[in-house]
Amino acid sequence: MRSYWWKILAVLLMLYTFTAGFLTPVPDLANLHQSIRNFYFHVPMWTAMMVLFSISVVNAVLFLRKPNPRLDVLSAAFARTGVVFSLLGLGTGMIWAKYSWRAYWSNDPKQVGAAIAILIYLAYGVLRQSIGDQDKRARVSAVYNIFAYCILFPTLFILPRMVQSLHPGGLGNEGNPALGGDSLDPIMARVFFPAMLGWSLLGLWIGTLQARYQLLKEKLLQA
Amino acid sequence: MASPAKILHLFKKDALLEFRQQYALYGILLYVASTVFVLYMAMGQPEATVWNGLFWMIQLFICVNAVAKSFLQDSRGRMLYFYSIAGPVDFILAKLLYSVLLMLAMSLCAFLVFTLFLGSAPTRPWLFLGIACLGGASLSLVFTLLSAIASKAKQQAALLAILGFPLIIPQLILLVRLSRDAFGEVFRAGAVWQITGLLLGLDVLIILLSVILFPFLWKD
Repeated sequence: MRSYWWKILAVLLMLYTFTAGFLTPVPDLANLHQSIRNFYFHVPMWTAMMVLFSISVVNAVLFLRKPNPRLDVLSAAFARTGVVFSLLGLGTGMIWAKYSWRAYWSNDPKQVGAAIAILIYLAYGVLRQSIGDQDKRARVSAVYNIFAYCILFPTLFILPRMVQSLHPGGLGNEGNPALGGDSLDPIMARVFFPAMLGWSLLGLWIGTLQARYQLLKEKLLQA
Repeated sequence: MASPAKILHLFKKDALLEFRQQYALYGILLYVASTVFVLYMAMGQPEATVWNGLFWMIQLFICVNAVAKSFLQDSRGRMLYFYSIAGPVDFILAKLLYSVLLMLAMSLCAFLVFTLFLGSAPTRPWLFLGIACLGGASLSLVFTLLSAIASKAKQQAALLAILGFPLIIPQLILLVRLSRDAFGEVFRAGAVWQITGLLLGLDVLIILLSVILFPFLWKD
């Protein structure tokens, strides 16, 4: 119980997100109508992705400080899970964009940032596969992980604020009204923040499962 | 720690090597000329926006080719030798310095060849040249450490592009935007300096990251 309480919490939060997310009343804004409920799915998926990539980079830093194959496996597993979440976030976002901005892709700075993040972490996967030696692979991919993370994240936060964006928070404040951080509807906040935690915990769970599977496989190969 | 004398020495070695194996340098110069010539054949003299976009794409490819070999050409034995005479920080700083200077020269050449073949699109050519140099330096900084990373893997040249292109997009977007200033576009007050500051900040960040991370790539 002590070690897996957060998994139960993740399940409960997901159940809450899916029931309350579809049933509680939402404000009817401009052209969003009921599609605003995607806010409980699309945005928390990005949160989960950022959490997962951050865990991955922390493991990479720890590995460089004190080499331990376990940390490398963790780092890779969380990066891989993060990619899955980023693809989900992109997918849900594109469907939403089709209905509210009339196009799947409108070259919005945040869309570009998402695409960059996906490309970077796919490249990370390719880099890992192209190095045979286990110790070298761990070291080199940790270095790339840290380097990419440190360049990616500032630009993810700075770039959309400097150019016109359809997303809330962009320059000129076009696009969805009333959804930028401070102006979140109080009823929506009641579902939104639990959803954020829920999706992140789910990602964490999948990541740890991936890592455990990988570790067991390596153990089997060595035996 | 880092000592200027050692950095200068290592830098001299790179420059001397380049000077002796001139085929590499001429190779890149010819690469610049022939790529731009192919562009000219394909589309004549394009309008300003296209000119700008093409310039930065070519700049990116030149950078991949010019900087890539900064680590790929050094053999294992030679690396071991450097390892015994210098520290990793000296080594990476010398490499960064060298690739920045190389890329500055290449930016100049690219600009000249572009003006020659594709016409002089920027209304303020000197400003554009300045931005091109800033951009060249930024690109070369990123690709130097990436080439160190890629040199550890198989299929190095292709890997360098995969690793680098997504990482360079934010800077490239900023550079393309900034260089519109040289085409006479009017910016919001302070926006030009904001973008320049951001680019310089990113450069400093990349140098710091290179200095911190390179020692881990170094020991084999």
